[in-house]
Amino acid sequence: MVSARQAIASPLRWAAAAAAAALATVLPAQVAPGGALPPLAAAGLAGDVPDTSGKVVLVDFWASWCAPCKASFPVYARLNAAYAARGLVIIAVSVDESPSAYAAFVARQKPPFATLRDPKQKLVAQVQVPTMPTSYLVDRAGRVRFVHPGFRGDETERELRGEIEALLGERAPAP
Amino acid sequence: MNSPRIRLALLAGLGVAAALLCGCATNAAVRVRPWQRAALADDTMNPDRDPVGSKMVEHVYFSREAASGGRGVGGSGCGCN
Repeated sequence: MVSARQAIASPLRWAAAAAAAALATVLPAQVAPGGALPPLAAAGLAGDVPDTSGKVVLVDFWASWCAPCKASFPVYARLNAAYAARGLVIIAVSVDESPSAYAAFVARQKPPFATLRDPKQKLVAQVQVPTMPTSYLVDRAGRVRFVHPGFRGDETERELRGEIEALLGERAPAP
Repeated sequence: MNSPRIRLALLAGLGVAAALLCGCATNAAVRVRPWQRAALADDTMNPDRDPVGSKMVEHVYFSREAASGGRGVGGSGCGCN
């Protein structure tokens, strides 16, 4: 004989599990420190993906209509000048759907690092960036180590410099 | 089919399915994602993009209603940072 409490608890557990599974399919999880970004080469990005094997990689998601993104580009240019020779690769992924808006922004900024476009916003939807811009600092082993939601000028640059220095100091994994 | 457990499980499953299908389970599933805000960030979405026009509308409103203000509701922008 099943008690009334058991009869209610079991369907509720089942319903909670079903709801959690359904939500997980609707909302992919955000990429967090310790995780990994989807492979950029297979993400259908417009542009040439640079070689990142064994490098420290800063992947930044930006858009031409986002004011903090515009402010971040000169900072990334400085970081590129300071650390590219030591093994930092900066990849700026635009989520612009308009190719002309993307091209105009790049022509104005003239970034010295790689810029790509996510034309169908497929990669950014997989990564689930929490805000625009968001940058992901990936270590030499390909793991995301730091996430920077938003861009806050000097504060973000200071944090990035410290983190990049630390990651560049780590040994590359054996092939 | 007559077991109360099975009937309750079916009822709960139907409730969850209905909630998910009608989009009521979470507003996160339907809100505009950060990378989809290009149109919202456009200047044409800014209600105060014409300060002279806004002043004029405000003046007419004040003249007709003997009241002013209450227009500072945000609703556009890229929502960055």
